[in-house]
Amino acid sequence: MSIQEFLQHLVNGTSLGSLYALLAIGYTLVYGILRLINFAHGEVFMLGAYIAYYGLTLTSLPWFVVFILASIFTGIIGVLLERLAYKPLRNSPKITNLISAIGASFLFQNLAIMLFSGRPKAFPAPDILTGVIIMRGVSINIISLIIPVVTVVLLVILNTVIKKTKTGMAMRALSKDYEAASLMGIDINMVVSFTFFVGSFLAAVGGVMWGIKYPQLLPAMGVMPGLKCFIAAVIGGIGNISGAVLGGFILGLGEIMLIAFLPTLTGYRDAFAFVLLIVILLIKPTGLLGEKTAEKV
Amino acid sequence: MEKKKLTKYIVSMILAIIAIVIANIVLDNYKVRILNLCFIYIILGLSLNLIYGFTGLFSLGHAGFMAIGAYTVAILTMSQETKQMTYYMKPMVPFLESLNTPFLVAVIAGGLMAALFGFLIGAPVLKLTDDYLAIATLGFSEIIRIIIINMQSITNGALGLKGIPQKTNGTIMKFLNDNFDIGIKPSINLLWAGVASVVTIAFIYLLINSSYGKAFKAIREDEIAARSMGINLFKHKVLSFTIGSFFAGIGGGLLAVSLGTIDPTLFKFSLTWNIILIVVLGGMGNIKGTIVSACLVTIAMEALRFLDEPLKLGFMVTEAMPGLRMVVFSIILMAAVIFKRDDGSLKSALEKVRGRYAKN
Repeated sequence: MSIQEFLQHLVNGTSLGSLYALLAIGYTLVYGILRLINFAHGEVFMLGAYIAYYGLTLTSLPWFVVFILASIFTGIIGVLLERLAYKPLRNSPKITNLISAIGASFLFQNLAIMLFSGRPKAFPAPDILTGVIIMRGVSINIISLIIPVVTVVLLVILNTVIKKTKTGMAMRALSKDYEAASLMGIDINMVVSFTFFVGSFLAAVGGVMWGIKYPQLLPAMGVMPGLKCFIAAVIGGIGNISGAVLGGFILGLGEIMLIAFLPTLTGYRDAFAFVLLIVILLIKPTGLLGEKTAEKV
Repeated sequence: MEKKKLTKYIVSMILAIIAIVIANIVLDNYKVRILNLCFIYIILGLSLNLIYGFTGLFSLGHAGFMAIGAYTVAILTMSQETKQMTYYMKPMVPFLESLNTPFLVAVIAGGLMAALFGFLIGAPVLKLTDDYLAIATLGFSEIIRIIIINMQSITNGALGLKGIPQKTNGTIMKFLNDNFDIGIKPSINLLWAGVASVVTIAFIYLLINSSYGKAFKAIREDEIAARSMGINLFKHKVLSFTIGSFFAGIGGGLLAVSLGTIDPTLFKFSLTWNIILIVVLGGMGNIKGTIVSACLVTIAMEALRFLDEPLKLGFMVTEAMPGLRMVVFSIILMAAVIFKRDDGSLKSALEKVRGRYAKN
């Protein structure tokens, strides 16, 4: 493999990893606070892309306004999802929540088939973002360069919010000890809603950029990325934001490099994440950066 | 078990089989087909209920085990000519191409294959708990599907298998028509799935009432307490998972035969979801509930097909909305879980209604 090809794969892997990281953060935030796998997160990602699609085709707003509005709107959908599907079950067993989450995921998918039709839609990405740069024989899509930048910016903002603001402090408190935090006068419903808003907002940003990079929208497009990003969150240590980012990059780069170095395994691309998940779970069930918690009797 | 009880069960089993035979003769082909699916879903629902409802292991990998059963049965029952025609992209492994077994052997082999994979997968994965287990089993089921897509010389890859021989009751019908002049057309032979589901019900019932079943339930209620009572957690979990996979394989095999064609997209997560729906509506650890909800869900899936077509609401006609049927089913599942009081089953909903009337 020439150095040019390697660089190209590196850029592709980094941008895929950034997308995975954006989605994985949503899983890890929610899991950290509610101990719930938000199975419908992949569908929120899909909705983000579709909402941006309709924003671009039906309105004449400039594309960046559409993208920001679509992300905020998707964030609100995430809040509503939590209010309707998870809040009534807050004190129920974990599995009941998981079933509700799976139900929500199927509901969103089938609603998308019903409303947006099952036929693939081409994402009308703005021309500025779809160009290709050629540098010393390395051709790179502009969007592949933009994705990591946007991701890093969002990560820095998220980090500031969680470390410096009061809401962020409440989020950290809730994830450390849910009951003690609720006794300290933290408005749990508000914090949980905020968490879902942030997670869904980031998922929508990921969905929009995914739509630009792979310009084909399908109602089932969120399933695989959703599963893989949950895996990324588990690999990094679920509940841990830097872990989710690390997991996302490991998965994105690993997937691209696997195909690049071993082209015969292309068909097994989607299996890579699952194999990695099972290996990690068996060796270090708390993930790479996860803290070990003692089982309380 | 007491002798009286035993005779009661044997008599009810025989009556059930006689009822199946009569239904097979009386009902038309479409209804027989739905009934056949009901029986298959009873097997599948019970197998997941054993793993999840009785032992408390939330497995999302059922579709994978069904796929193994389905492909085993398909490969073992298809004739050599059909195989040569189906595998036109890449020829089949010669040994498998010539392999052909009777139907019963094929179905049991399908179950055993699934059980073997259940054991191999369960042994490492069952150390995990709750949602980690759910995701790991889901991962395995996806891996199985991806392997099936890629092993073209064995499974014909994404093209799937066509022309799996159907089991019809042609000979019985011919006999009846020749002797009694009733003029009905032959249809699917219900006996295979029917007897299989009766046997499954009996087996799960006996298992649950044995010491193993008590251990399963103890594990579900409280793992630590069960362990301190001297129950080998790992052994019982693997046992429950393996038996559940065995019946999932049988159900998958029968499903393959009743459909006639299978391909990897059939065994996506949505298939597992259908079975979860059956188990949740029927009630965790409730055999009768699972049987009723398996039939209800299967019939409702067919009966609500009109939702995907243009609807006539009085004077206005809506456009066809494919997907509406599954939307309705998702809402049913979520409503069952959210508005439940104890376990979200149909039974508790009925009891609630009954309680309301009793009060007034």
